[in-house]
Amino acid sequence: MIRDITIGQYYPADSAVHKLDPRVKLFATLIYIIALFVFRGIAGFAVITAALAAAVHISKVPLSYMVKGLKAIVILLFITGIFNLLFTPGDVVYWSMGPFKLTDTGIQNAVLMVVRLIYLILGTSLMTLTTTPNQLTDGLEKALGPLNRIHVPVHVIAMMMSIALRFIPILIEETDKIMKAQMARGADFESGNLLQKAKNMIPLLIPLFVSAFRRADDLAMAMEARCYTGGAGRTKMKPLRYNRRDAVTYLCILVFLALVVVCRVFLP
Amino acid sequence: MSIILDKVNFSYSEGTAYHIQALKDVSLEIPDGQFIGVIGHTGSGKSTLTQLMNGLLRATSGSIYVDGEDIYDRDYNMKELRHRVGLVFQYPDHQLFETTNFEDVCFGPKNQGLDRKEVELRAYEALRSVGFPEELYFQPPFDLSGGQKRRVAIAGVLAMKPKVLILDEPTAGLDPAGRDEILGLVSKMHRELGITIILVSHSMEDVARYVERLIVMNRGSVMFDGTPKEVFPHYKELEEVGLAAPQVTYLMHELRRFGLNVDTGATTVKEAAADILRALQNEGQRK
Repeated sequence: MIRDITIGQYYPADSAVHKLDPRVKLFATLIYIIALFVFRGIAGFAVITAALAAAVHISKVPLSYMVKGLKAIVILLFITGIFNLLFTPGDVVYWSMGPFKLTDTGIQNAVLMVVRLIYLILGTSLMTLTTTPNQLTDGLEKALGPLNRIHVPVHVIAMMMSIALRFIPILIEETDKIMKAQMARGADFESGNLLQKAKNMIPLLIPLFVSAFRRADDLAMAMEARCYTGGAGRTKMKPLRYNRRDAVTYLCILVFLALVVVCRVFLP
Repeated sequence: MSIILDKVNFSYSEGTAYHIQALKDVSLEIPDGQFIGVIGHTGSGKSTLTQLMNGLLRATSGSIYVDGEDIYDRDYNMKELRHRVGLVFQYPDHQLFETTNFEDVCFGPKNQGLDRKEVELRAYEALRSVGFPEELYFQPPFDLSGGQKRRVAIAGVLAMKPKVLILDEPTAGLDPAGRDEILGLVSKMHRELGITIILVSHSMEDVARYVERLIVMNRGSVMFDGTPKEVFPHYKELEEVGLAAPQVTYLMHELRRFGLNVDTGATTVKEAAADILRALQNEGQRK
């Protein structure tokens, strides 16, 4: 049920990907996203697929577990596919009816967009699956550190992000409990039309909001009680340090980007 | 209304890194009208057990029969089952959502499809039987004290007129006075309404005084199942799994060790006091 949401949840395993410095993974994800939007042709696609497959394999996260995470975006994929399929003008028109038409470019675009989205989710979720929220924000804070000089509150942003990420599983669990408590009183979250369904959500949403606000209040209190004043002068127990594995990975990422660019420029 | 569990197994998140086997081959029979305490340490599977009994969770294997009907039959009415087996969760905050306490208690019977008059009647009855103060009926539930919130939550389930009432840690987070009040209330409901009550707790002290049967859970299996008098003599084993017998049991065993001829099976303070007096008198007579 609700526990099946896997996007953004850490998957504990002992693998080289898990041990990488979070900055490397952030950089890799960024390059991966860029590659996804610049690649062209079968060769580029093959390079990206190979890279993704290799990363997933090394990470030891079961592919089936990652694919489950795609469930959440099935509707989005469907809509994207349909729109691209029916509304793209093209040279060869196979079929048309009113404003809808099926063209060669349309089919191409539809497939491309759907594949892109799937790869986007798989690639980015690989990062969150192999990196704890703490590591992630540590990495982000360190990587964006230079922005501090132009008065961007990097630490505050990182802290907000880490709190938000930390609370995802808590709120999911809470939702699960509230749903059960209301179902025990005969609440029905599945049947009915859209309006009915929205109305049926009230017994779920109100306790959830009440508890979220209460938790936020408690957390603020606890942070204040421990004299939290922000990032200035704060040191880390485990400061991030690069090692050889990270250097090698950086090299691999650059080679990957180069390959994708080469495929785009030189191959049809 | 009887519930029979036959070799029930349950696992969370099967096939992932978070896989946990919560219940292992649990077989139980729960006859009509019993007052049962389910005791276990955190993670012993007691909460899972309660959620299986009203179909909120589905057993990975094994069968559950309610009134002789297999609840995993394809055409079994799960919603109907939840009306008959009422489950009150640990935190009342998870279910209170309406603008007033009275409306909140109406939620259950409303979902049963009763007409407004009947719904209000039942809500009123339920709030009365949990001893909720009348002047608070039409106040918002969010300002109540912990104990009062719990009463509203119990009333919310009671209003559906279940045959079996399961209470998951109804005393968690309450002060001693609030705890005694709620437990006294539960015991009163058992006497007056004649329904089966299953009280889940991790505190022996809580349940020893009230229940007629104790089920001790450990790591997903039933460790002991019997009357408190049958279970507490195993206090050494109970300690090994992080539970404890009531303090009275320890006292009686100590007294006996020092040569006073007392009955070590006493489970409540009252019984123990009477028994110690009796033993002392006997002692005096012998001298």
